[in-house]
Amino acid sequence: MIRNLVDYVDERLGVSPGARKLLRYIFPDHWSFLLGEIALYAFIVLVGTGVFMSLYYVPSDAEAVYRGAYEPLRGLTMTESYLSTVNLSLEVPAGLLMRQTHHWAANLMIIAIVLHLLRILLTGAFRKPREINYLVGVTLLALTVLEGFVGYSMPDDLFSGIGLVISYGVALSIPVFGADLAFLIWGAEYPGSSDFFPRLYIVHVLIVPAAIAGLIGMHMAMIMRQHHAQFPSKLATERNVVGYPMWPGYALKAGGLMFLTAAVLFLLGGLVQINPIWQWGPYEPYLASNGAQPDWYLGWLLGSLRLMPALEIQLGDLTLVPNAFWGGLVFPTITFMLMYAWPWIDRRWFGDRDKHDLLDSPRDNPRRTAIVISYFSWVLIIFIAGSIDRLYLSSTVPYEAQVWFLRIAVIVLPFVVYFATKRLCEELSAREPRPLRGWTGKVVRRTPAGGFETVELDEGVPAVDGANGRNGGPVVKEEAGAGEGARGS
Amino acid sequence: MSSPTEGASETHDREAGSKRGAENLVLLSLAAATLAAVAFGVLVIVLPDTQLLGLALGGSLALLGVAAVVAGQKIVPQEIAIEERTDFGERQPASEVVEMVRDAERGVSRRRLLVGAAGASGAALGAAALVPAVALGPKVGETIAQTPWSRGRRVVDSQDRPITADDVQVGAMLSGFPEGATRREFGASIVIVKVPPGELEISARMRADAPEGVLAFSKICPHAGCAVAIYRHPLYEPTTERPALVCPCHYSTFDVRRGGTLEFGPAGRDLPQLPLELNAARELVATGDFVGQIGPSYLGVRK
Repeated sequence: MIRNLVDYVDERLGVSPGARKLLRYIFPDHWSFLLGEIALYAFIVLVGTGVFMSLYYVPSDAEAVYRGAYEPLRGLTMTESYLSTVNLSLEVPAGLLMRQTHHWAANLMIIAIVLHLLRILLTGAFRKPREINYLVGVTLLALTVLEGFVGYSMPDDLFSGIGLVISYGVALSIPVFGADLAFLIWGAEYPGSSDFFPRLYIVHVLIVPAAIAGLIGMHMAMIMRQHHAQFPSKLATERNVVGYPMWPGYALKAGGLMFLTAAVLFLLGGLVQINPIWQWGPYEPYLASNGAQPDWYLGWLLGSLRLMPALEIQLGDLTLVPNAFWGGLVFPTITFMLMYAWPWIDRRWFGDRDKHDLLDSPRDNPRRTAIVISYFSWVLIIFIAGSIDRLYLSSTVPYEAQVWFLRIAVIVLPFVVYFATKRLCEELSAREPRPLRGWTGKVVRRTPAGGFETVELDEGVPAVDGANGRNGGPVVKEEAGAGEGARGS
Repeated sequence: MSSPTEGASETHDREAGSKRGAENLVLLSLAAATLAAVAFGVLVIVLPDTQLLGLALGGSLALLGVAAVVAGQKIVPQEIAIEERTDFGERQPASEVVEMVRDAERGVSRRRLLVGAAGASGAALGAAALVPAVALGPKVGETIAQTPWSRGRRVVDSQDRPITADDVQVGAMLSGFPEGATRREFGASIVIVKVPPGELEISARMRADAPEGVLAFSKICPHAGCAVAIYRHPLYEPTTERPALVCPCHYSTFDVRRGGTLEFGPAGRDLPQLPLELNAARELVATGDFVGQIGPSYLGVRK
């Protein structure tokens, strides 16, 4: 049957050379390479559950009276957006399962992308030849955060409205054009015209997801073209790629990971409550709740808005830079610009223009590891600032004192983290061999003469001799340099 | 399995081990996954309980995952392959491509003019495509500065009952709305607090707008537009802080005794006051619009 099918397609489209390449595509094996895959699988779950919900959600600010099953809301006037989401949650069979799984999947996708980014930065995987794909990846992170925000703005519950009004305030704060831009998006002064919810809807279910899907396609096509980078081992060099072929073992294992990711998400969606919007109630511009928190992936923006001192730049009676601009737009712009520019900053800093298919172990490049961890600590402090009202409730430290502490910490701590991390990496790489995984068992290799030789690999032997790590530069880099030099001459 | 023509790739079949046990495990998992999937379908129709549905669907997916991983790890042949990487720069010299692109220029005398003209028309077309997008929004104009408040508007509560000066207690905060206006409008909602007149530290003009020490402010925070929903009222002065209205989003804190001036937090402007007076029935009545504009800052907010 397989033969008939392959013949049928191949005679018409000539796909078998491509298919053969695909089946033989080699995956180097390391747990940290699975983070991006998990993000992909979460995206698949998001599309599936999202399609289900789109059949029930009504994007409209038209007012209606709730007459559904949930007693506390009965008789209340609310928008169709909120009403339809409450009904989806409480009356549609499996509706709540789908909505909660969707929300969990969004959280998982973003955390997986962030950890994936951290892995890429710490191991130097963004270096030549992978800079373009790195840019695509950073763009995916930005789009996913945007998609998450638009998504939880759609139910028009109390918290989604609070998030939207802040985004309106931030849009207004854009120098000179802010008000025009905000009116363009909302169609009127906040809470906006009746066009606004249909706009959110089409952005969330078509425009952004289409962009995300397209970029994921590009991301994977570029990975296939360049092959995975790999950690150095006895077999892995700059010139080859060592690992499991796609077919049959790896495809089954990757498919298994996809099912397991979906399983965890549906179990969370079924058993662990997330964003019970019927408890928050409908949004009105005059309502707010103490202790309202956005989804965690917006905590860094909430924190930056809170930490910023009350500075507005004025010229006469014109407000050139309103306050929300600093925390709401300047800070995230700097954060993402640094991420986008990092391959080129790294390249200048280390004077390294070579192609790298072997990854660094984080400890072997103390300065890069230190700057990456320092950068993440900077974002993390501001992220923590997003929850200081909660910290205030569970501690006795006054809110104002926490803000001042964090305002200073955000400037000082990244430097402390830099030097501490650098020192730690230097000590680690001097003290012990890198814990890279070596291949175990026997491998048959073809000799240049055309015969075969058997290579024995001892279990537990570190892949790279630790002694080399001690003499300054890691072995990996030396090999890379030699390879490049030989090729360049 | 591995074809002899594949020169660059060398493979080695690892010991697959005892496959029998693994096959049994996979079969068992697949059977259970099938059952769980059927259970999900039945539950949706018979008993759509979220927890049970999650357990059935999640369980089915988990069992499928286990089956696939075990099959990939233990049943199918295991191999490690090594393949040479291709060097793109070497294999396809970029200069050839450049030559091909440049071929188009042969015999063209006014190349720069042509390219410039094409670029200009492309830019014009792009700009033209943007115009409909700009037309999506109305002009900002005066609408952003308008509120439903004007001289003579009574202040009502959420049940449309007029609020009297006696309803406002020292230490408590009330929300108010303009009588007969939509409350969803940004400029509608106010917060009302009472400060003993002797404690007020405000100008005579502002004092005149606060009959019997009853102060009204816009409820919309001038930082990012959240509702100023917290009233911090001290129980043990002077060891605790002064009474203040606080926005729960970014904790802009406005001192009520000083007429809503910013005490802490990110807001760039003070909380706009709504001038009040009392009518014969001691009901709160606005004597005009807010002093200063409400809502988050933008270019013309201080005009």
